[in-house]
Amino acid sequence: MTTAFPPPASTPDGQAGAAVQPANARLVVENAEPAIEMDGVGKTFVLRRRAGRLRRERVDVPAVADLTFRINAGEMVGYLGPNGAGKSTTIKMLIGILVPSAGRIRVCGLDPSRQRMELARRLGVVFGQRTTLWWDLPLRDSFDLLRHIYRIPPDRFRENLDHFVDLLQMAPFLETPVRQLSLGQRMRGDLTAALLHDPEIVYLDEPTIGLDVVSKAAVRGFLAELNRARGTTIVLTTHDMTDIEQLCPRVLVIDHGRLGFDGELRDLRAQIGGERILVVDLTEPHPPIDVAGTRVVRVDGPRQWLAFPAGASAAPLVATVADRYPLIDLSIREPAIEDVIARLYTSGTEDPSDTRNSSGAEDFSGTKNPSGTEDVPGTEDFSGAEDFSGTDGNRPVPRQSGTSDTAASL
Amino acid sequence: MADSGTARPGGHERFDPYERYGWYEAVRHYLLFAAAWTRVAWQYRVSVLLLAVGQFLATGLDIVVIGVLFARVPRLADFDLAEVGFLFGTSCTSFAVSNLLFGSVERIGERIRDGSLDVMLVRPVGLLVQVATDGFSPRRLGGLVQGVGVLGLSLAGLDVHWTIGRMLLVITMIICGIGIFSAVWIAGAAFQFVVEQAAEAMNAVTYGGSFLTQYPMSIYGRDGMRMLTFLVPLAFLNWQPALYVLAKPDPLGLPSLFRFASPLVAAALLALATAAWRTGLRHYRSTGN
Repeated sequence: MTTAFPPPASTPDGQAGAAVQPANARLVVENAEPAIEMDGVGKTFVLRRRAGRLRRERVDVPAVADLTFRINAGEMVGYLGPNGAGKSTTIKMLIGILVPSAGRIRVCGLDPSRQRMELARRLGVVFGQRTTLWWDLPLRDSFDLLRHIYRIPPDRFRENLDHFVDLLQMAPFLETPVRQLSLGQRMRGDLTAALLHDPEIVYLDEPTIGLDVVSKAAVRGFLAELNRARGTTIVLTTHDMTDIEQLCPRVLVIDHGRLGFDGELRDLRAQIGGERILVVDLTEPHPPIDVAGTRVVRVDGPRQWLAFPAGASAAPLVATVADRYPLIDLSIREPAIEDVIARLYTSGTEDPSDTRNSSGAEDFSGTKNPSGTEDVPGTEDFSGAEDFSGTDGNRPVPRQSGTSDTAASL
Repeated sequence: MADSGTARPGGHERFDPYERYGWYEAVRHYLLFAAAWTRVAWQYRVSVLLLAVGQFLATGLDIVVIGVLFARVPRLADFDLAEVGFLFGTSCTSFAVSNLLFGSVERIGERIRDGSLDVMLVRPVGLLVQVATDGFSPRRLGGLVQGVGVLGLSLAGLDVHWTIGRMLLVITMIICGIGIFSAVWIAGAAFQFVVEQAAEAMNAVTYGGSFLTQYPMSIYGRDGMRMLTFLVPLAFLNWQPALYVLAKPDPLGLPSLFRFASPLVAAALLALATAAWRTGLRHYRSTGN
């Protein structure tokens, strides 16, 4: 256990960039001790539905079925799936909140539902949508209460708290009651609350939901550092593809309660294929752009939508378009995680090289990508083709350092 | 305190955590959480003060009723004012203490509905401790003042030959009363795992039980007394031991051992209630997200 967290970078971009490298560098986990073992785990909820005037019938609703996977100590894993797929149910079984109806779970060698409190000392949990802090008390009081609950030695507590306060820049609002904190401040408080007792495993359920870009970057940088410096096992559920891209070398995908994919994000993308969309704004309405390797899927006045294979580099494409057409603005839209996962189940067996055919224009228009609203994960709008000059040409996202690893995996 | 159970054969279980989560740790956590919630309450101290006064007046009204009653009749079912005060005082004290310790469990239905029970289950603290201290507030002391006051006055006014045995029994019956009322609170909380909106039904049982035990049970008739002895054993809360303390014959003519059975009844009810609680917790289904 080292506390050698480096000081936070001054810019959010810097933090995010720094986060990328260690996460990918840990792809091969040298410490093969299992932290989490799931063996044929299932959970079925029993509903009683009215059938007739007095009779009630029993309906079994399977939430998850036959989950088998293993997460080693020190791993950082993204747990993905659409709403209602069983993510939260799985996490709740791993914490011991829900009792599984079938199978065997071991977390740190313990049976979560039977040894919940013993396990709780060794876990940290962050629910993105719910706080574990005392609503009416100053942030510092919540931390102090946790010190007593977990019996954290005073030196260790002070060391950790100082560290997190510094890293997450919490000093200005430590004395503020939690109810008065902004969402981003509260999330930083919740992260600290989950980590003060040096947990071996941390579960994060949507840790960046509703946060602004700066806070998201801060949280991601923090988690990557935690994993790297302390070897903390981290399991992350999220809808934000960027969280996964920047943090998780390994991805588990669950849909309809079953494990659909377990492996590297790069392989998931390769297996599924799909297309990215380049949205270009020209100076005036123009006939559909004709560039090799792309397909115009929509034209709306001076704005055009070009689909290109997710695996292809956007940089040459952007350069070509900028060269040949009067370009004012452009943005790239990643396939939403829901679409990626949906495709895993509809066309997962297709040949990856054939992916262009798998998502036609009607497929594209049926998704929520075109809306461009903020709940489309992975959407990054920026203007000016010159922004791309700073990248290595593989993926047109303006990051300063450590981008190459991520880009290669996309 | 929670989802305990024997280890499944063939597993890696090292030990039963509830052996380690003993009384000491539970009480320590109770005090920690109660102190934290008291600090919360202190931020709304005017409200706490008004609520305490309200609780004081509400209990006071019950005393007024007894006063009015005895202004008309000298005795109630062969009990004089001090004797009825003794029943009232013991019941009220036990109820107030149990309400202070466990009254907050009625909020569990709300916690289940809004999903915040999950947050409690993440902490290495007994769920019952957390639920019992949930929103702990000193305003509940309002009822205790009254109970202890009436009990003190009635003890001063009673015409009883005080032996060691009688004095011990008075203390025992108050403690057992706390146990019996607490069992009702815990069972009510367990029931809310099944029916989330059961807080009102639960209050009917707890407050109703408190009301029933404030008067001599002979006023409920023989069938009422039988019911309150064998079906809902509230008679053991204060009625049966009080018969011994006040040297009264049992109208049902039950064996004298019944006067001293309160500890057994309280222990049995607490065991039943905690078993129900554990069953409820094992069937907890959490909310959607």
